[in-house]
Amino acid sequence: MKLLTHNLLTSHVRGLRPGGGYPLGIQATEVKLSPVDFNAQFVARMVPKVQWAALLQAAQSLGHGSDLPPEPAPGYESDEDFLRRLHHVLLEVEVVEGILRCPDSGHEFPITKGIPNMLLAEEET
Amino acid sequence: ELFYDAAEARKYTQNSRMIEIQTQMSQRAVELLGLAEDQPCFLLDVGCGSGLSGDYISEEGHYWVGMDISSAMLDVAVEREVEGDLLLADVGHGIPFRPGTFDGCISISAVQWLCNADKKTHSPPKRLYRFFSTLYSALARGSRAVLQLYPENSEQLELITAQAMKAGFTGGMVVDYPNSAKAKKFFLCLFVGASGVLPKGLGAE
Ligand SMILES: [Zn+2]
Repeated sequence: MKLLTHNLLTSHVRGLRPGGGYPLGIQATEVKLSPVDFNAQFVARMVPKVQWAALLQAAQSLGHGSDLPPEPAPGYESDEDFLRRLHHVLLEVEVVEGILRCPDSGHEFPITKGIPNMLLAEEET
Repeated sequence: ELFYDAAEARKYTQNSRMIEIQTQMSQRAVELLGLAEDQPCFLLDVGCGSGLSGDYISEEGHYWVGMDISSAMLDVAVEREVEGDLLLADVGHGIPFRPGTFDGCISISAVQWLCNADKKTHSPPKRLYRFFSTLYSALARGSRAVLQLYPENSEQLELITAQAMKAGFTGGMVVDYPNSAKAKKFFLCLFVGASGVLPKGLGAE
């Protein structure tokens, strides 16, 4: 699971308040770095979608907090250093094994081989 | 059957005829998404399986997240080192993403499974509605979902379309090669909000 996915993912258990279940807490036991080709245009397009506080928290919990550039400033679309650092945090840092935890319900979603298991029991849906 | 075991999943993914058909349908689905040209997009692949459709998305320069209910299929996707991120999930329980996350959604040969009641507690209309309403929310305004499916009969087609409309989508069914029993394909093309091109002003051009 890449941090871009994590930043956009929410819990979907039954009965959450509107906007609840976000951000999912990360407890990682294995993290890897996978090089991904840099695409400035794509990273810039993702900036408005990213919740910065959640990204900072996630990056810090995985030991990549210092890789994250400061918050986007006007003109970030053409700031290559900013985009490259964000690219690294969003797309290259991957949680391989661990647990995602819903902040409201406490529901745990295990991550195995890089894949979060978002399956719910019927009574949770 | 809904679930593939590991051996079947691998066999399916190595069958060259299967790969060709999957790739063709993915190509058509992405074409029907009508994405802005020369812009890398972030797409959702519902029922991504082993990532054959995802490979096409990656080749086109887009990024994707795939959801599938079969861990055997996802394991093959991991072995194949697909570029997209993967989630093990039942889309009948909803699409767990923040509003406006995706620039589009494709699905190849998956959505008709939601019409099956695999458990006593499963209500196909409810599962379809939950899928479509949360998909609607997870898509960016003005974007589309293109879902290729194999309906069992016209009632199933109507049920699926009705639940999509109830969830707020507009659009409808595009049928390719309707007169060929072999080549006929159904693509449910769904629009989020206004999707047409902006009308030209009077007197312009
Ligand atoms: Zn780093």
